[in-house]
Amino acid sequence: MKINNFMEVTFKAISINEGFARICVAGFCLQLNPTIDEVNDIKTAVSEAVTNCVVHAYPKHNGMVTMRCEIEGEMVKITVKDSGIGIKDISKAREPFYTTRPSEERSGMGFAVMESFMDKINVENNDDGGLKVTLYKRIIKNQAQVRNA
Amino acid sequence: MQIKSKVYNNTLYVLLCGELDEHSATHTRITLDNVFSGGDFNQIIIDLSELEFMDSTGIGVLIGRYKKMKDKNIPIYICNPSKQAEKIFKMTGLYDIMPKIV
Repeated sequence: MKINNFMEVTFKAISINEGFARICVAGFCLQLNPTIDEVNDIKTAVSEAVTNCVVHAYPKHNGMVTMRCEIEGEMVKITVKDSGIGIKDISKAREPFYTTRPSEERSGMGFAVMESFMDKINVENNDDGGLKVTLYKRIIKNQAQVRNA
Repeated sequence: MQIKSKVYNNTLYVLLCGELDEHSATHTRITLDNVFSGGDFNQIIIDLSELEFMDSTGIGVLIGRYKKMKDKNIPIYICNPSKQAEKIFKMTGLYDIMPKIV
């Protein structure tokens, strides 16, 4: 049976909420009966997206992050959105190893990891400020059930 | 994040237990620097078998420790990474500077 479902949560852009976001989205995706690897891939990509909000979006105050997870059939679509400063040059930011804060031991691999762990990602500045990262992953239900058997 | 360590046969064994992300990164950096700063060892092995989660923040933490130990000519090796950690290590070329051992 085709599942159509969604959930949305809003939380403060502070680092302790990275773990909350991972658990939250992983729990929601369980209805598709994913493999452990598929869940861990999603958790890793979500963690990167939320970390971007925590570290970069709000240099002067702690703003909010809204995470929405939609399931349509076998497709999981996760949107992580903030209302912060956005990114001036998105294509530059998506280059592997690019970081604006090399002195802070940052790897600059956040977007590269999201791309690698998901089927597709989209990064755009919101019209009203902030950044929106959309992550897509297809969970092939029947195969997952066979693999988990 | 809990970090356990012991020195045996001139090797510092470090076990990372828990989750390594932005939230735990500062504590992990400080604790590892403290553990790495003393003791009689000439190489370090970081065991990730108890690491339940790591994202790219972990790469920054590990490379930072590598740079500090490189100045002292002490190599660092990685063992027992999860599938996801392994993927990130291969993407970033981390194994070129901190080889994986079995």
